[in-house]
Amino acid sequence: MAQITLKNLAHSYLPNPQAEADFALKEMDHVWQDGGAYALLGSSGCGKTTLLNIISGIVRPSHGRVLFGARDVTDEETAARNIAQVFQFPVVYDTMTVRENLAFPLRNRGMDAAYIAARVAHIAQMIGMEDRLNRKARGLTADAKQKISLGRGMVREDVNAILFDEPLTVIDPHMKWELRTQLKQLHRQLGHTMIYVTHDQTEALTFADKVVVMYDGRVVQIGTPEELFETPAHTFVGYFIGSPGMNLMEATITGNRAHLNGCEVSLGASYAPVAGRSQIGIRPEYCSLTSGAGLPVTLRRVEDVGRHRIIRADLFGQAFNMIAPEGMAIGADMTRVVFAPDKINVFADDWRVAAQAGGAV
Amino acid sequence: MDKTQNNKAWFLVLPVLVIVAFSAVIPLMTVVNYSVNDTFGENEFFWNGLGWFEDMIASDRMHSALGRQVLFSAIILAIEVPLGIFIALHMPKKGFWASFCLVLMALPLLIPFNVVGTIWQIFGRVDIGLLGHGLASLGVDYNYTNDALDAWITIIVMDVWHWTSLVALLCYAGLQSIPQAYYQAARIDQASRWSVFRFIELPKMSGVLLIAVLLRFMDSFMIYTEPFVVTGGGPGNSTTFLSIDLVKMAVGQFDLGPAAAFSIMYFLVILLVSWVFYTVMTTLDNAETK
Repeated sequence: MAQITLKNLAHSYLPNPQAEADFALKEMDHVWQDGGAYALLGSSGCGKTTLLNIISGIVRPSHGRVLFGARDVTDEETAARNIAQVFQFPVVYDTMTVRENLAFPLRNRGMDAAYIAARVAHIAQMIGMEDRLNRKARGLTADAKQKISLGRGMVREDVNAILFDEPLTVIDPHMKWELRTQLKQLHRQLGHTMIYVTHDQTEALTFADKVVVMYDGRVVQIGTPEELFETPAHTFVGYFIGSPGMNLMEATITGNRAHLNGCEVSLGASYAPVAGRSQIGIRPEYCSLTSGAGLPVTLRRVEDVGRHRIIRADLFGQAFNMIAPEGMAIGADMTRVVFAPDKINVFADDWRVAAQAGGAV
Repeated sequence: MDKTQNNKAWFLVLPVLVIVAFSAVIPLMTVVNYSVNDTFGENEFFWNGLGWFEDMIASDRMHSALGRQVLFSAIILAIEVPLGIFIALHMPKKGFWASFCLVLMALPLLIPFNVVGTIWQIFGRVDIGLLGHGLASLGVDYNYTNDALDAWITIIVMDVWHWTSLVALLCYAGLQSIPQAYYQAARIDQASRWSVFRFIELPKMSGVLLIAVLLRFMDSFMIYTEPFVVTGGGPGNSTTFLSIDLVKMAVGQFDLGPAAAFSIMYFLVILLVSWVFYTVMTTLDNAETK
């Protein structure tokens, strides 16, 4: 097990990258803690699979170094890195039994038979497949096969990290939830560093301690699910996380006031003058519809999603979403919206701006 | 359910039934007719029952032709299947050379059988053939027209040249369908090259291999044109395979009755072997899944 350091890491698929746009992965500098559960989250083509392949050694980065603990593994082959990977589609050795599948990595490394038998028994019990050890892997269901791939990774005690490349893509919805729970449990028991690539925010937020959000080849934020929700570092995090995502509006910031279309909104804190394009963002959860004072909105539609209702509206000609609690009556006179001041985030050129210290109103 | 029972859909099978009847069943019936009758021409037939069949089963000539045929198919399969797999494993996976190899491999398959025979017939001649004359100049005593072993070697090399591509191309298609993730997983598991072949490539190829073996078995068991052109069944009877013998009997000697009985048994042997082979392979496959 090891902490993973990405040192000035960048990658371009072009032989001679010039501009920043040539890089599939923009320069980054991160340390991922030993034993952490990380999720790489982002939309398709944001570079998350490239980053995973660099960590696993399938792709060699064009710039920068990858360190496992103190060891520089940039030039090492996948096999030498002692990592395990679970792929998008289950990879099992069809003609082998479950037992042989689990024993395979150990056998290839020349471990002795008694040790192998003990490890296999231990891992089979952990992934709940003791009763199927003598079955051929071929006829098993997709989720069982994914468990075997995972087991083949965990069977080695010296494994540095377990990488998951969208492992639940081919799993039935009801099994997804179970597998995710099991994964989380295994992470607690074994304490391996786990890196999980997904474009599904539910998977990322439920699995990981730290979610790494990627956008356009860049890591835009590494944070706990709560941090991503409350203080998104980038507007992309704002609207990608949450359902529906954060409302973003162009505004001028002066001190602890934001001005939008001639209306004034008070902010929870005071800000230094903002350079560039300034926006404020508010989560639909922190907006409330009222008949009193507030910004004027035009309601379009109300969607009942069970636990709450989503109100789709227009604010100064722009789509705007709010979440209303289940029991709340929505009257015809409720045409104003108010924001919870301390939940408003301020962005300059898409990046979040921190409030000035002691600037609270 | 208020669906009316209607079995008229069966009529849709009729066209196929008619085509198959004309292409296979009716011609076969004329053969059946000959096999149970004796005739001296003029459309006069004398009932002989199973007499021809009994004669043929007891015939030494049949036995030795069958023996040669089995040996030939066994050698062909033993060479072409491993060689085809080996070639497929070493073919480039993409780019210009992949297409180049595919075209090159497909060429022998496109040559008509009698042309293949003619090519090798000339190629092997000691007086003017590149191979025959080349070997003779090197001091090798090679002459496929009067040495049985040389004749066998020539025909086997010719068949390998002609048909290994088929096995190779089928295996290549099977290999191409293996996702990269399997190879990556094997690398992570530190599998040896042999393990990768044994546990990933071979299982993934088993489907196409089954078809390749079946096709090569049937074709080699029925081989006629190429050895007929190259050796004409000789020297002596050393390369007289079943079809060649059958033609000699039917068209050469005009023994239509025995030849008909012979061909029906020939047909049944191929059908039986193919069926047994297919059934064994598929049940093995299913047994593994259970």
